[in-house]
Amino acid sequence: MNTISVMIVGVGGQGTLLASRLLGNAVISEGYDVKVSEVHGMSQRGGSVITYVRYGEKVASPIIEKGEADLIIAFEQLEAARYLPYLKKGGKIIVNTQKIDPMPVVTGTAAYPDGVIDELKTKADVIALDALSLAVEAGSSKAVNVVLMGVAARHMEFKKEVWETVIAETVPPKFKEMNLKAFALGYAQED
Amino acid sequence: MAKKLLLGNEAVARGLFEAGCTVVSSYPGTPSTEITEFAATYDEMTSEWAPNEKVACEVALGAAIAGARSFCGMKHVGLNVAADPLFTASYTGVNGGMMLAVADDPGMHSSQNEQDSRHYAEASKIMMLEPADSAECLAYTKLAFSLSEQFDTPVILRLTTRVAHSRSLAELADRENVPLKEYKKNPQKYVMMPAYAIPKHVTVEQRILDQIAYCETSPLNTVEYYDKKIGVITAGNCYNYAKEALGENASYLKLGCVYPLPEKLIRDFAAQCETLYVIEELDPYIENHCKMLGLTVHGKDVFTLQGEYSQRLVASAILGEEKEFDTLTVSIPGRPPVLCAGCPHRGLFYALKQEGVTVSGDIGCYTLGSLPPLGAMDTCICMGASVSALHGRNKANPENAKKSVAVIGDSTFIHSGITGLIDIAYNNSASTVIILDNSITGMTGHQQNPTTGKNIKGDPATAVDIVALAHAVGIERVTVVDPYNLKETRDAIHTELAADEPSLIISRRPCALLKYVKHNPPLKVDPDKCRGCTMCMKIGCPAISMTDGKASIDFTQCVGCGVCTQMCKFGAIEE
Repeated sequence: MNTISVMIVGVGGQGTLLASRLLGNAVISEGYDVKVSEVHGMSQRGGSVITYVRYGEKVASPIIEKGEADLIIAFEQLEAARYLPYLKKGGKIIVNTQKIDPMPVVTGTAAYPDGVIDELKTKADVIALDALSLAVEAGSSKAVNVVLMGVAARHMEFKKEVWETVIAETVPPKFKEMNLKAFALGYAQED
Repeated sequence: MAKKLLLGNEAVARGLFEAGCTVVSSYPGTPSTEITEFAATYDEMTSEWAPNEKVACEVALGAAIAGARSFCGMKHVGLNVAADPLFTASYTGVNGGMMLAVADDPGMHSSQNEQDSRHYAEASKIMMLEPADSAECLAYTKLAFSLSEQFDTPVILRLTTRVAHSRSLAELADRENVPLKEYKKNPQKYVMMPAYAIPKHVTVEQRILDQIAYCETSPLNTVEYYDKKIGVITAGNCYNYAKEALGENASYLKLGCVYPLPEKLIRDFAAQCETLYVIEELDPYIENHCKMLGLTVHGKDVFTLQGEYSQRLVASAILGEEKEFDTLTVSIPGRPPVLCAGCPHRGLFYALKQEGVTVSGDIGCYTLGSLPPLGAMDTCICMGASVSALHGRNKANPENAKKSVAVIGDSTFIHSGITGLIDIAYNNSASTVIILDNSITGMTGHQQNPTTGKNIKGDPATAVDIVALAHAVGIERVTVVDPYNLKETRDAIHTELAADEPSLIISRRPCALLKYVKHNPPLKVDPDKCRGCTMCMKIGCPAISMTDGKASIDFTQCVGCGVCTQMCKFGAIEE
């Protein structure tokens, strides 16, 4: 098979690293080669963060470049817009409709653009949802990441049980039930 | 044993474990930090955070001379700090094997410069290996110890951000039990004064010749012949980019050992290929070696000296291929990193901004205090420079002391701020130094340090008493403030700037992200009281924004620190 490229983008602190670990673990449990690339450090402090996950028979590069991603999972609207150029023609974007104002917007030197989701829909196959509300419903606003992986799981080839096993093995035991609920809520979303 | 998905840094730690390493000493620095954090999870190794990289390197060298297999890890700029012991360790050699890992940061994801550590290998004449993925991180680490013992030298493992912070599959093995070697007194080998160092230099030069011979046939350097129209000479992750972009349309010489470089192997490969490209991030290091051999190669004539490479960059430079992609018409504001909601540095930086002082800054989360709207930092050079550069500033013009301060974190102060403080006391400038004591090494992801009272495993450890230390070096004026209290903080800064002698302010409040820190409930804005004056926006808190002309607070981020409450003249922010 060709290498599949998935980008997970969001705001530092939203839990993109856990999401990429879940996907990475799901992929290897199915016997694929995989490379996951993360950036730690300064950009994590509320900055724009990107994780690349690539899997297939044999993966060379750990990163994804413009025009290469099959799927982008965006934890925030503006970040979906920022990384649209990375999407392959005909690729899919899953986007959390939550808005988090970046500092230039907070300080009034820039405006948060209107109509991001609508314009994204003219360029790509977009699945937009309010993952924050579903995360709160599952028991924690921090579970946005697992909700979104639940949505993504419906569009990937791995069985639901594979994901559930990976979540149970990856998250701390005391958050296991909450995260499984968050995953189920995401997975149950109609397109 | 099973294959596991390992972070590059985690694979290095696993390699240390499997190689029978017993002593690990490092200073945290992105992107190298996790090596030592993962090493600390193995009880078979003694792992430690040292006060700085020089100490870490000396600890590892001392352990190696004593007969143990040892390790120290650091980021690229950390190697500047460790360079002093490193250059002479090249002369003494080792007894037990010693490996040093250095992680470069092309693209400067979390660094103040983009230096290329390979020059250090050449300058110190120390062998350097460069892995391309996690499997090689593990394998090369193990090999580094046997090469270290075979050639009687420390060995450097060079990583880059994308190798250190990428996860890929690696196969695990059992730990090799390596007994402590016997230490024999040998001043000709270990006492580097001129009489003994002069003959050791001869040994070092012979060692390099021996290593070059080894590199000609070493399994570290591999050749893959496909189409020979294009020949690629590369190392590390650039091999992956080249392979992704060019596949079987090119042939490859992948150098797993980047110092010393082979001669015959490169000449033989060059002779087989029509057009040669050297693909390497940062400096033309391998390229210059090839040119020294008289070979015609493309390198920095088609590739950049700056930033990270990618498969796209390689495809574009060599094949002229570009991929199609879409963009949006809406303008997308940037999202720079910010001080977290509840960050104790915020109140301190706001007070500094109010005082209108020149701020001599340093390396850590608090470097973000230089960004708008706080904008309260004037310089940031390297670890510890805040303190010594303030002294220089105040010597240039003693009037500066009335309107300048240094800010430095607790871990950075221990790393290299103490000597600067001693300089201020000894050479007497009326400098005001502020230690931002958040009880942790923050930016690199919460490592303990000598001020926190805990060691790398979280067990109790001796804590440096900063107040007593300041008194001991001759600073009499020492004040401790809570940066959540804006008035107390500003008053202390005002008073100490006016003082005619050196002073130290300790701005003390634990990092808001520490698990043990108990937060207040999130604050709310009463829209009837809010007049939309935007005073609360001046502190640059990511939890506060303006909606329809009124301030609002994001409940998912707010930790109830109360700094914004003190900004509001209308009492609109409440629990």
